[in-house]
Amino acid sequence: MSDHHEERDHATGTATTGHSWDGIKELNTPLPRWWVWTFYLTIIWAVGYWVVYPSWPLAAGYAKGVIGYSSRADLGAELANLGKIRGDKMAALGNASLADIEKDPALLGLARAMGKTVFGDNCAPCHGTGAAGSSGYPNLNDDDWLWGGSLDQIEKTIKFGTRSGHAEAHDGVMLAFGRDGILKKPEIETAANYVRALAGLSTTKGYDAEAGKKIFAENCAACHGDAGRGNPEMGAPNLTDGIWLYGSDHAAIVATITNGRAGVMPAWTGRLDATTIKALTVYVHALGGGQ
Amino acid sequence: MNKPIPPPEFDYGPLYAPQKKVYPQKVSGTFRRIKWGLMLVCLCIYYFLPFVRWDRGPGAPNQAVLVDIANGRFYFFFIELWPQEVYIFTGLLILAALTLFLMNAVGGRLWCGYLCPQTVWTDLFFAVERLIEGDRRERIRKNAIKGITIERIVELTLKHSIWLLIAWWTGGAWVLYFNDAPTLVTQLVTFQAPKIAYIWIAILTATTYVLAGWMREQVCLYMCPWPRIQAALTDEWALNVTYRHDRGEQRTSLKKSVELRAAGNPAGDCIDCYQCVHVCPVGIDIRDGLQMDCIQCGLCIDACDSVMQKVGRPTRLIAYDTDVNIERRQAGLANIYRIVRPRTIVYVVMIILVGCTMLYALATRAMLDINVLHDRNPVAVRLSDGSIRNAYTVRLLNKRDERAVKLDVEGLPQATVHVVGQDAAAVGPSHIVVGRDRTTELRLLVTAPASAAGSTLLTVRVTDVASGETATAADNFVMP
Repeated sequence: MSDHHEERDHATGTATTGHSWDGIKELNTPLPRWWVWTFYLTIIWAVGYWVVYPSWPLAAGYAKGVIGYSSRADLGAELANLGKIRGDKMAALGNASLADIEKDPALLGLARAMGKTVFGDNCAPCHGTGAAGSSGYPNLNDDDWLWGGSLDQIEKTIKFGTRSGHAEAHDGVMLAFGRDGILKKPEIETAANYVRALAGLSTTKGYDAEAGKKIFAENCAACHGDAGRGNPEMGAPNLTDGIWLYGSDHAAIVATITNGRAGVMPAWTGRLDATTIKALTVYVHALGGGQ
Repeated sequence: MNKPIPPPEFDYGPLYAPQKKVYPQKVSGTFRRIKWGLMLVCLCIYYFLPFVRWDRGPGAPNQAVLVDIANGRFYFFFIELWPQEVYIFTGLLILAALTLFLMNAVGGRLWCGYLCPQTVWTDLFFAVERLIEGDRRERIRKNAIKGITIERIVELTLKHSIWLLIAWWTGGAWVLYFNDAPTLVTQLVTFQAPKIAYIWIAILTATTYVLAGWMREQVCLYMCPWPRIQAALTDEWALNVTYRHDRGEQRTSLKKSVELRAAGNPAGDCIDCYQCVHVCPVGIDIRDGLQMDCIQCGLCIDACDSVMQKVGRPTRLIAYDTDVNIERRQAGLANIYRIVRPRTIVYVVMIILVGCTMLYALATRAMLDINVLHDRNPVAVRLSDGSIRNAYTVRLLNKRDERAVKLDVEGLPQATVHVVGQDAAAVGPSHIVVGRDRTTELRLLVTAPASAAGSTLLTVRVTDVASGETATAADNFVMP
């Protein structure tokens, strides 16, 4: 219980509040006046903030504040400003040839930085953020290119895509030899073994290599070449190397020969501007596999 | 007769502690002169340091002290720090703390009394106030008058205008540390300076005006942690501004003390004239002993000395003294001072250790450095001939003039190394040029014939072609 009169603590000489808990009396050590006023000011500030800035959630939407501030509009303004700041550099990038960009460390750095962002936004869903690809989506880090790995070839592929419907798109297809009745099942098995042999992989015991060679020469060599080294003009992969877009095991090759393959890459011209495509080209080329 | 005592009113006490108005009186003497001198030195350093030039060669700022936030560089005369060298500042902060402890162990709150910006600017503002409104008595009288006169309005306007002018100049000097000072001054007066400069000037003007003009001792008392820490760090050997109560008590008026002494009775030297209280900038009575509010500026020593001289008694009734000596004098022993004692030795040794460590770190830091980051996705790439390629992002840091460097990869003899963009630019040997005071990012490709899965430790070495200076970074080559 509290004593109803002002009293001072013996030890400190400080006035008590008169409140007592378990025999311990609370000392009254008031805050300085300016502190209290600063505290009131912060409350007033908070109320002012509600009025000026977006703050309270409402049933539909939110209180927008009298100055109509929005962080999204802020971002838009900043991006526009960024475009202005980058103007000269972007013009330099746009005017330089692909080969010149790779020779100039400053332009190369700019193109790679820009390309990385654009790749992440547009290409990563299929090719992966590190461009490592996956089954059916080529790895862009290696040196095996369906449609050629030079700067110009990469740019063409990005611009028009593969089987994208664009008039200038790459459009070679792997035929469905089995489904369309061109080859019979045993012939496909033989062909698959022959292809694995080309790449130095193991084959099914007792397969007829001579028959395989004949089937290959009659059906496959037109695109993949007599030695199976592929042809970037037609997007025909090299069958003798260690890189397989759809897998190198027997079953995967049988599936490929039976049903054909026709992966699609969209055309990016019209969606990305020419400078952006240039940067993207240099980025992909500089991943390490560029020729 | 026996009137019942009315039940006492319940008193919660004040809801807040009102600021006690302090009217420090003018004083002159040794410590006042020291304070004027140090104030001049401190203010000159603060206001004029940004204009000191330091030649760092072409392409580099020539301002002696510059915090270049846009480019992430800090310049201090011959030192140039990069953002990753901020640890040097940690050392500087430790050094500052230790120096503060040492000062405290030797002479109490030397920092608070003479050097702290809060003290320096408050002292300057007091001087302005005294010049315009008059000394203590005048100011008390003027503040007590109810109603307002034209002269009073003029006086107050003048005082606050000068305060604001000083505050504005303080803010103006602050922003000069962050940009080339002469350029910025020109921009400021022609209203061409960046908006942020004006905002910071406004902020610093406001804080200086409020803290030095209005808050004053409140800052030391409520905002600053040092008074509370100091009380825990002081000891009986530390010199503190002390009222020598062994000599001063029993306080008696001059007249009465003469009578007492004539009658052979003891009387203290303190004549209770309150001069020490009147000159105090924080409004305390030093005779109450060492207290948290006291900033130990020594002005009460000057005030007391001048009184003691007038009444023909020995000076330094208030003086820098130690607890030990007060006790010794009371016991009839001679004063002893012990500046060199374990506490101060420890502080000095620590200051030397930290200082040397910092100097060593500064002197031996790499001027050419390399960071290597292995590609995480994909970790390794199988090429069509079956060999394995790992890619790395290499960042070269050059803290000197532009130079040509070469990259070598050690640890995998059968590997071929390629830096993207270098072959295309091949002019003579494949040298990479790193600009002055810059970093360069490169893509490094290392290719090796396939072998058993596992990691091999690589050392990537950058070598200055001309001087042979090198730096290395280690990373793994991963064989899937």
